[in-house]
Amino acid sequence: MAASGLRALVGVKRVIDYAVKVRVKPDKTGVVTDGVKHSMNPFCEIAVEEAVRLKEKKLVSEVIVVSCGPQQCQETIRTALAMGADRGMHVEIPPKDYENLGPFQVAKILAALAKKEGVNLVLLGKQAIDDDCNQTGQMTAALLDWPQGTFASEVTVDGEHLTVEREIDGGLETVQLKLPAVVTADLRLNEPRYATLPNIMKAKKKKIDVMKASDLGVELTSRVKVLSVEDPPQREAGVKVESVDALVAKLKESGHI
Amino acid sequence: MSGIGLLLLRATRASLPAGARCLRTGRPCPAFAKELFMGKIETKDVFPFPEISNEELKEMNQFVGPVEKFFSEEVDSKKIDQDAKIPPETLNGLKNLGLFGMQIPEEYGGLGLSNTMYARLGEIISLDGSIGVTLAAHQAIGLKGILIAGTEEQKEKYLPKLASGEHIAAFCLTEPGSGSDSASIQSRAILSEDGKNFILNGSKIWISNGGIADVFTVFARTEVVDEDGDVKDKITAFIVERAFGGITHGKPEDKLGIRGSNTCEVHFENTQVPIENVVGEVGGGFKVAMNILNSGRFSMGSACAGMIKKLIEMTAEYACTRKQFNKKLSDFELIQEKFALLAQKAYVMESMAYLTAGMMDRPGVPDCSIEAAMVKVFSSEGAWTCVSEALQILGGLGYMKDYPYERYLRDCRILLIFEGTNEILRMYIALTGMQYAGKILTDKIKAIKRGHAGLALEMFWSRFRDSLGRKVDLGLVGKDGVVHSSLQESGKKLEENIYYFGFNVEGLLRRFGKTIVDEQLILKRVADILINLYAMTAVISRASRSISIGLRNHDHEVMLANLFCTEAYFKNNYAITELDKYAPENMDESIKRVAKQVLEKRAYVCSHPLERTF
Repeated sequence: MAASGLRALVGVKRVIDYAVKVRVKPDKTGVVTDGVKHSMNPFCEIAVEEAVRLKEKKLVSEVIVVSCGPQQCQETIRTALAMGADRGMHVEIPPKDYENLGPFQVAKILAALAKKEGVNLVLLGKQAIDDDCNQTGQMTAALLDWPQGTFASEVTVDGEHLTVEREIDGGLETVQLKLPAVVTADLRLNEPRYATLPNIMKAKKKKIDVMKASDLGVELTSRVKVLSVEDPPQREAGVKVESVDALVAKLKESGHI
Repeated sequence: MSGIGLLLLRATRASLPAGARCLRTGRPCPAFAKELFMGKIETKDVFPFPEISNEELKEMNQFVGPVEKFFSEEVDSKKIDQDAKIPPETLNGLKNLGLFGMQIPEEYGGLGLSNTMYARLGEIISLDGSIGVTLAAHQAIGLKGILIAGTEEQKEKYLPKLASGEHIAAFCLTEPGSGSDSASIQSRAILSEDGKNFILNGSKIWISNGGIADVFTVFARTEVVDEDGDVKDKITAFIVERAFGGITHGKPEDKLGIRGSNTCEVHFENTQVPIENVVGEVGGGFKVAMNILNSGRFSMGSACAGMIKKLIEMTAEYACTRKQFNKKLSDFELIQEKFALLAQKAYVMESMAYLTAGMMDRPGVPDCSIEAAMVKVFSSEGAWTCVSEALQILGGLGYMKDYPYERYLRDCRILLIFEGTNEILRMYIALTGMQYAGKILTDKIKAIKRGHAGLALEMFWSRFRDSLGRKVDLGLVGKDGVVHSSLQESGKKLEENIYYFGFNVEGLLRRFGKTIVDEQLILKRVADILINLYAMTAVISRASRSISIGLRNHDHEVMLANLFCTEAYFKNNYAITELDKYAPENMDESIKRVAKQVLEKRAYVCSHPLERTF
């Protein structure tokens, strides 16, 4: 298999924008999303950027982006197309199912699409900033029975192999994967470009296929139930102490030492 | 009757420019505001509130994301202000994003945005005053001449490089001796002997982008031979490339605000400009200049609204956390009042800006110059008030350079000055409308003189009915009205104000005749009423739409709309009453006398309070 024949599937998730102050719904079933600014998950942006760079280096011949969720996900797909992806796929999830859509369901969809499209590289963000699950990439690799390179900070294509530098506790680990493979992007992999306005205009012509999970034979029932979503406890004001002795006394008093 | 008729005739004739004839020559698509001078409201122009298609909305949302991200992550406004320079990498980022060619059609490499979409991006771009002004000087005025009056060849030659930002444009009108009175410029262009070039000489001052621009739209006097063979001096617009030679510029001006934008003198010394580079017709430059300026002003509304919305977010965070007297600032009514003001002003500005942009985007060539001028006056003054109040919320902190408020305050001060000072624009708003009203009234009088008895009767009858206290109904409210029922009260207030304003106008024309053009204190009130009427119309129309289609938080909108309309109604009534009064009663006489004495002495006149005479 020639490297230039690589085809990449990139997952992009629409999440509440990182700059938004998230509010918990009064009934504690989740967070307020209505009328809140959404954008592409930053780690997914990094994954798209990496795929587009590989394409610019002629190591990848086609970049397909996919997003699972409500109608508005197409905006996220459009952003990826403006960044340089070739075409999009929108797996439309009804609002009811979307509430329970977790990494497992998304992994099943991604795996089914990877097979259907015959891609040999699945690029994902390491996690989404809304649920912080950090599972989709791993699960997708398992479902496909492909090797995985997670938390990637560098990816090099080397014939039929990928060399992935991974960010691990206290350092970097370099692994070699045999293609096809799943890679998830960490923060330092690259700095994603802006979707420029002229490119957004051009991306209008790019195609987005819309499908349902059932079209891919994927079942969306979830075995996970959210019991409660709550605000983190409010940080209380600190106290200033006069001396080291006072500090030690305070710490002892509060049971910290 | 004849007495009144004569007076009216005198008045209406006087309000027309010299030489103009009172002939009805096919109305040039009069936009909404002019009808208000007749005491009428053209509801179809402003109801329902203009919408964009779903397609456009989607596209817009796509555009907004990256631009917002760029401004929050890559733009360091504090540094731009301190260094008085936009760093090249920031400028490059703006170019790459496509922000240098927003309204240039796609076939010339631009984004081809409608006025509405341009206004939307303006909300974000204004978050940095220096960048906002640099971009506006480039495309709202610098290259606008080529866009609206250029030939196909000129467009093909210049627009692509301007759209990409490879070339930057500037607009050169103002001169040391010619500010608001732009018809008095002295720069001169003389046709060369071979007739192929104009030789341009002159100095321009306060040119935004003057030091960095590659392409200038320059206005200069040229000799034009008219039909009778007389040689006259007329203004002509030229596209001048820096590469033509003979162009120098002064060092960047050290300014109060928008410090990162480049403003300097530009000198032309025997610059050779090919005749192909005349924009529009030789001698038609003044019109080109006015069209350019008129077409750009509307965007100040959304720009200011964008800024205020940002200020609300910043100050609300502070007000909800800062405690004094064991209470959060947000619990104090005097602080709450400020937030209500900020929200209300932002709402009105947005409504006016998008109503105007929507009207400008309609097919045909709607003349929205009065509307745009009103948006500019209202939003520039609103922005100044709002920024000052936002700063006040932070108290002493707001005054510190560590916080952005003082910079916003300095940056937005220019808005009341440039693109036509608010004083000049108020006169423009009032006189254009007065002229229109005058013309229609003259036509009526003429018809009556020709023996159109019906019309005379109609005028007499309506006057008679009004003297009996007629109920005003302009079709806004009620069962068949265009205003939503939650806004009926505001609708009625607007109708009443419009109706009596129409009387005011007629009365003024009758009273002052020719001299109305010099009655600036009166014209100012006329302009202020009109601005309020337009603002009321805009919020009522917008809020009506929001309720009807069930937009999120529409009840908040209704509150803001009703709040504004009530305030504006009282202000209008006050002004209308004052306009009915003669000078001694309305203080105008005293104001003028005080000013006269001060100016004669060129100093404060009163004795010092500590002085003694005994």
